[in-house]
Amino acid sequence: MTKMEIAKLKVSGDSAILVEFENRIAPEINRLVRSFTMALAGKNIPGIVEIVPSYRAVTVHYDPSFILFDALRKALKDVLAHLDEAEIPPATVWEIPVLYGGEEGPDLSFVAHHSGRSEEDVIRIHSSAEYLVYMLGFTPGFPYLGGMDAAIAAPRLKAPRLKIPAGSVGIAGQQTGIYPIASPGGWQLIGRTPVKLYDPMRAEPVLVQAGDYIKFTAVDAAEYARIAAEAEKGSYRCRTWRKEG
Amino acid sequence: MIRIISGGMLTTVQDRGRFGHMKSGITVSGAMDLRSYETANRLVGNAEGEAALEATLIGPVIELCADTVFAVAGADLGLQLNGAPVSTYCAHSAKAGDRLSFAARKSGCRAYIAFRGGIAVPPVMGSRSTDLKAGIGGHMGRKLQSGDVLPLGTASGVPFYGIAEKEDFSAPVKTLRVVMGPQDDRFTDAGIGAFLQGEYAVTPQSDRMGIRLGGTAVETKNGSDIITDGICMGAVQIPSDGQPILMMADRQPTGGYAKIANVISADLPLAAQLIPGDRVRFQAVSVQEAQQLLLAQREKLANIRAQSAASRYRVTVDGHVYDIEVRPVE
Repeated sequence: MTKMEIAKLKVSGDSAILVEFENRIAPEINRLVRSFTMALAGKNIPGIVEIVPSYRAVTVHYDPSFILFDALRKALKDVLAHLDEAEIPPATVWEIPVLYGGEEGPDLSFVAHHSGRSEEDVIRIHSSAEYLVYMLGFTPGFPYLGGMDAAIAAPRLKAPRLKIPAGSVGIAGQQTGIYPIASPGGWQLIGRTPVKLYDPMRAEPVLVQAGDYIKFTAVDAAEYARIAAEAEKGSYRCRTWRKEG
Repeated sequence: MIRIISGGMLTTVQDRGRFGHMKSGITVSGAMDLRSYETANRLVGNAEGEAALEATLIGPVIELCADTVFAVAGADLGLQLNGAPVSTYCAHSAKAGDRLSFAARKSGCRAYIAFRGGIAVPPVMGSRSTDLKAGIGGHMGRKLQSGDVLPLGTASGVPFYGIAEKEDFSAPVKTLRVVMGPQDDRFTDAGIGAFLQGEYAVTPQSDRMGIRLGGTAVETKNGSDIITDGICMGAVQIPSDGQPILMMADRQPTGGYAKIANVISADLPLAAQLIPGDRVRFQAVSVQEAQQLLLAQREKLANIRAQSAASRYRVTVDGHVYDIEVRPVE
């Protein structure tokens, strides 16, 4: 089947079309989402207001004063038909420094105990993978990450915390994630990053994009403090590289 | 400048919304009833997209710190100028020291108060809309309260000293037209039948994020959980209890409940004016029909501008160009 045949175009009100790929969560499906999002953005079709990628679908918001449903549907089908030829740049990997354990990661010992491993093992496993950012949502800049090793999976807290500090890194089931802003939450907190994933006053308010990857790296308290000071001034830049393969 | 003497129940600074960041999980916000918001803005001659105030059920008390022109459209919350009733849906000249207040709600939920030049709070991510949950935009990211002082921008247009067509929000049962989808295939025939033939009551748990309805549960085939995807303004989400929620301006940009339908843009202003206890019915139309209705509505709004422009002249005297406004002497 070609990519065009597996995509379904669905009416989503009079100002959006939902382009849905296969109905499952998988890196190869999300790669189609990313390719389509980038190919469509590159077309600069007048009237498209916003393109919102998610796990397995892309919501294309548009203004009917500039383009009507039938014309946009045709244009989207055209982009899908030529998706194989579209040149999509490799994804960016963001290195996110994390101070694991202690006050910043109060649940690290629970996760270690639950998985029957040492805290050092949990840190090593958690910081060795490159996690795919399937999409952003829930709160500003919250990345839905995929690809965590099941060996360090842990259940959610029985009673959610009322306030989790911004930058907290947690585990819930087989998912891992970062809280970009202080919010309530029930994830097991294993560490914290001084990097501001979200800053409304920054030119690019949210660092990471859907389709990017996140690689955590362990830092000590001194390094954490140094990065936090730089992040506060707005001068800290995460190390990034191109995802291979 | 304007000074808030009382913030009323929930008064916020809103424009058309914060676009371009939904992909980063950032809420659009913006005026709930874009038609009334645009009407008020056009009446005072503002450029499209200038920020105005959205008042909810109980209006604010505002003291003007300078001469200005204002207009109120949307819900009838009992507008008064210096304690005397004045009309909504038309522009009023007012002097420094004048007080704008609201006596009591007669119909609708949200009134839009536009001032000439717009509310000139600093934009955040390209918008002056208040995002209450994220605490950004508007005045300090929150609802207005006593003592707040808001700057007005420089007037760019000419106010329209006429009367725009007034909308009536008093009907106890409102029909909202919808376009079915994108996940209507997740519901049983009985579920779709209940949705399109039943009557739903607006519950008190309704806010700028969503209007929660109560009525016959909408039955799904295999539950209402979907793989999280985008949510549009007016999407009708059906969570596991089967009771519809209309997703409005402060909705999160993505969510994991199936969406049976989407209220058409032309009827969203009606939805925005619902209050708890009001009842709604849904009627399905095609996407093409929905778009024609929206375009017709926008054309009507543009006429306010056209009439406004008619009172402005440019004359040349001795080689000097003058822009002249013609308006009634008060």
